[in-house]
Amino acid sequence: MSILNKIKRNKDRILSILVLLPSIIFLAIFVYGFIFQTGYQSLTDWTGVGEPEESNFVGLQNYKKLFTGLLEIRFRQSLVNTLFFTFFFIIGCLSLGLLFAILIDQGIRFEGFFRLIFLYPMSLSFIVTGTVWNWLLNPVGGVNRLPTLFNKDAWEFRWIASRTQIFQFDWLQLPKGIGIILLITLIYLSYRYWKEEKNITAIITSIISLITLVWLLSGGADKIQLLKVPEIHGFNLAMVGIILAAIWQMAGYMMAMYLAGIRGIPEELREAARVDGANELQIYAKVIFPMLMPITLSAMIVLGHISLKIFDLIYVIAGPDNATTDVPGVLMFMTSFRGNQFAKGAAIAIIMLIMVAVIIVPYLVSTLKSEQEL
Amino acid sequence: MNPTRPFRRALIYGILIFFVIIFLVPAYMVVATSLKDPIQISLKTAWDLPNPVFFQGFVDAWIKFKPNIINSLSLVIPATLISAMMGSINGYVLAKWKFPGSNVLFMLMLFGMFIPYQSILIPLFRFLKTIGLYGNISGLVIVHVIYGLPITTLIFRNYYAEIPTEMIEAGKIDGAGFFKIYGRIVFPISLPGFVVVIIWQFTQVWNEFLFAVTLTSGTGNEPITVALSNLAGGRAVQWNLPMAGSLMAALPTLLVYLFLGRYFIRGLLAGSVKG
Repeated sequence: MSILNKIKRNKDRILSILVLLPSIIFLAIFVYGFIFQTGYQSLTDWTGVGEPEESNFVGLQNYKKLFTGLLEIRFRQSLVNTLFFTFFFIIGCLSLGLLFAILIDQGIRFEGFFRLIFLYPMSLSFIVTGTVWNWLLNPVGGVNRLPTLFNKDAWEFRWIASRTQIFQFDWLQLPKGIGIILLITLIYLSYRYWKEEKNITAIITSIISLITLVWLLSGGADKIQLLKVPEIHGFNLAMVGIILAAIWQMAGYMMAMYLAGIRGIPEELREAARVDGANELQIYAKVIFPMLMPITLSAMIVLGHISLKIFDLIYVIAGPDNATTDVPGVLMFMTSFRGNQFAKGAAIAIIMLIMVAVIIVPYLVSTLKSEQEL
Repeated sequence: MNPTRPFRRALIYGILIFFVIIFLVPAYMVVATSLKDPIQISLKTAWDLPNPVFFQGFVDAWIKFKPNIINSLSLVIPATLISAMMGSINGYVLAKWKFPGSNVLFMLMLFGMFIPYQSILIPLFRFLKTIGLYGNISGLVIVHVIYGLPITTLIFRNYYAEIPTEMIEAGKIDGAGFFKIYGRIVFPISLPGFVVVIIWQFTQVWNEFLFAVTLTSGTGNEPITVALSNLAGGRAVQWNLPMAGSLMAALPTLLVYLFLGRYFIRGLLAGSVKG
């Protein structure tokens, strides 16, 4: 009987794996296999003619060109655009989402109505949002004409057509800039580790900070000549309208996340704080915000990976071939499928993947770890 | 009691209503513009109400977009159902038949839902060309099923994790095997899970653009998103058309949201893994 059961148990075990197998195989090929192929293609000079395997292997040439080639200024600006987009998009979504969640949590009437309105853009396609905002952001119509409804002068900001650039910096200064950011992060980490009395880690990070400092002071960063001539990049104000559209679409998502978080906080905690004499403001500052930190982190990761990949919205609002509003997602598409420079497109795709993986992989690993601790 | 109370209330409603108006402004613009006669649409009067109301835009948009809406439907329905079924059975295995390394495997699967699809797009494009499914709706169905697997598996795995293990064990003691437990115990209580997953996949696939534009552009099999972007991209358009088209493209997912919003939000929160 027990042997029979054992056989049966084993049969079920095998069955369970067999059932999972098709999905595993599909994802192994379509995710990991294809990423590997893209990676290989990015190391060749393949232009879509013939097989990538038959074209020349050029090593990291495509990557080197993207970061230092005179002609690839557009790619570098697309990276800068994405980073600024990501920054403002995350700040906008988080603050609006949190504001909505807090206001809705005040025991107001018509709560369902407000939630419905703030979240409905989330059910739309970026293509629909883009079509509508394309029209709204017309320099002589749309949003710019809103003040005329109150008998004021129309706004004159040119939105997508704007050519103004702010927060400018020289690409040549990039190694130094990265060095300084690295140094600040390292010093902060060492400080944290000292405080937490993780002495060995603290000593290691301190030593690395010291090396970075010496490297910076001895002019090591200046020796990395990315380009022969200065090249100015910055935040293109043409992105502002696109950022607003993206926030309009996604802020409700953050509201839903924060609202779920706030509602998950036991009422006793707030009650206890009230008994201790805390006012509503203090309750938020001392009880609720700290408990929302994990949600904020998840939200930043979710929003960050969306904005680093952003494609549809920019394709429709600004057009796919628009140098001022370029992002890697659109540039990769145009380079590969409209320009037939498949190797270069593959390199851009791999750079995108690395940017997303940097934030997603630690997140998945930490989720896995915390699950196993349960 | 507290004299500042009414003032505080008013402030809260004031801010909320202010944002409600802002959030509805684009919706007003779409509806108003779509109901205008194209010769009446000018940048200066963009905010005016349509006068007279002109329905021909919707008729024209329907004629123009009908084939694309049919394409979208014949893409969305199979893609949603197949990925939901596969996600359900995967979730069942990963929640209730764990094996050594199954959690790591699950994380490796999940990574597939976060990657920028640009990083697999060129090989995918070549693969579909090789097997002759480029520009074909069934090719796009396969693509959406495969890249939908991580999220459908995730939602079902978390949903099934809530089923008490005792129920499964009781089934085993009664002599039920792998499939019988699924069919008798797990599947019958899966309805809410299926609703969440189907709504999520429906919305995602209907709204999707990158795969669609790469794999169907110019083949006559474009889903609605691609057709709409082509129309909006041509600059000298009559603006009532893309606006009416936007409404048509938005309607299915908007209706789902309005009537099944609760499940829509659950899918949304599941998408952030930890929720």
